[in-house]
Amino acid sequence: MEVRDANAAMLSNYEVYQLLTELKEKRKESVKNKHSTGQQNLNTIMYETLKYLSKTPCARQSPETVKEFLTAMLPHKLTKAEKLQLLNHRPQTAVEIQLMVEESEERLTEEQIDELIQKVTDILPGDPQQEDTPGDAEMDASTEQ
Amino acid sequence: MFLVVEMVDTVRIPPWNFHRQLNEAVAEELNKKLANKVVYNVGLCICLYDITKLEDSYIFPGDGASHTKVHFRYVVFHPFLDEILVGKIKYCSQEGVYVTLGFFDDILIPPESLQQPAKFDEAEQVWVWEYETDEGTHDLYMDQGEEIRFRVVDELFLDTSPTGPTTDPEPPANSSTAPTAATDDSAQKKEAPYTLMLISDMHHAVVKMV
Repeated sequence: MEVRDANAAMLSNYEVYQLLTELKEKRKESVKNKHSTGQQNLNTIMYETLKYLSKTPCARQSPETVKEFLTAMLPHKLTKAEKLQLLNHRPQTAVEIQLMVEESEERLTEEQIDELIQKVTDILPGDPQQEDTPGDAEMDASTEQ
Repeated sequence: MFLVVEMVDTVRIPPWNFHRQLNEAVAEELNKKLANKVVYNVGLCICLYDITKLEDSYIFPGDGASHTKVHFRYVVFHPFLDEILVGKIKYCSQEGVYVTLGFFDDILIPPESLQQPAKFDEAEQVWVWEYETDEGTHDLYMDQGEEIRFRVVDELFLDTSPTGPTTDPEPPANSSTAPTAATDDSAQKKEAPYTLMLISDMHHAVVKMV
């Protein structure tokens, strides 16, 4: 086996989530061979990855939201890796933006950071459950829900 | 987090699968071979992305199966350096905090990379971050099952291919491409083929505090 290109393209969580859900649908139709020992590995990795991804913001995205998000990000001049991280994580606070964007203190002013947060919250759909509970939390970390 | 990797391989289709479409049979064989496996210096293979090219199939004397050279692309889990990820704490030990992503387990946060000052609580086997504020120190526990956000700092690929039989009683040296100081015999201890080292940037509880 030969690896031609170990870095052909980067995938967003959403694309992988789509791929795996489609694969799962296709495999559901052909029921016969899923349980043979050879297929167990694929079943395991698909199940675990889908479980992980369904808890991330990508599960609520669609091709249109991704496109809209990327066009909105154009004026900010972010690298591909930074845009990918923002897309995958949907940051809500300035601290998170500072983590994902390199040298954010030099490249972005505070208003730009707020603008970014606003765009992210508007364009990328959020978790409907989380948005109902109040944002303020207690300082007691050990009893965190 | 995920990449598309272009690969080429020769796929063997056994004769009892000749009635199936070649594309499907090839896809199944590739998934059987690569899914949930770590490829050295590439990453953890998840599933087939697509097949780009199928060359002619050949049948060799002595083997009834067909052999086809396939160019394909595979989805691989391979976070880039400094990427931020979210995972759950598996357990803590003296060596650090072990984090899991569900589909990928071998993630370690060594004690130096935890928010300082941190100490290890022997009784409860957890790492604790002693957060200083004006009012005093708050102890933030890294409990099991807690979600934690971390940044990838280093990755380790170990060549776990079987070493040949030894003629002398000394354990064989691990392949020189293994970058770690792995001092144990490859024959006895199970080494993870792909490990991530991280620094924990924020604990979810702390996010709310900030």
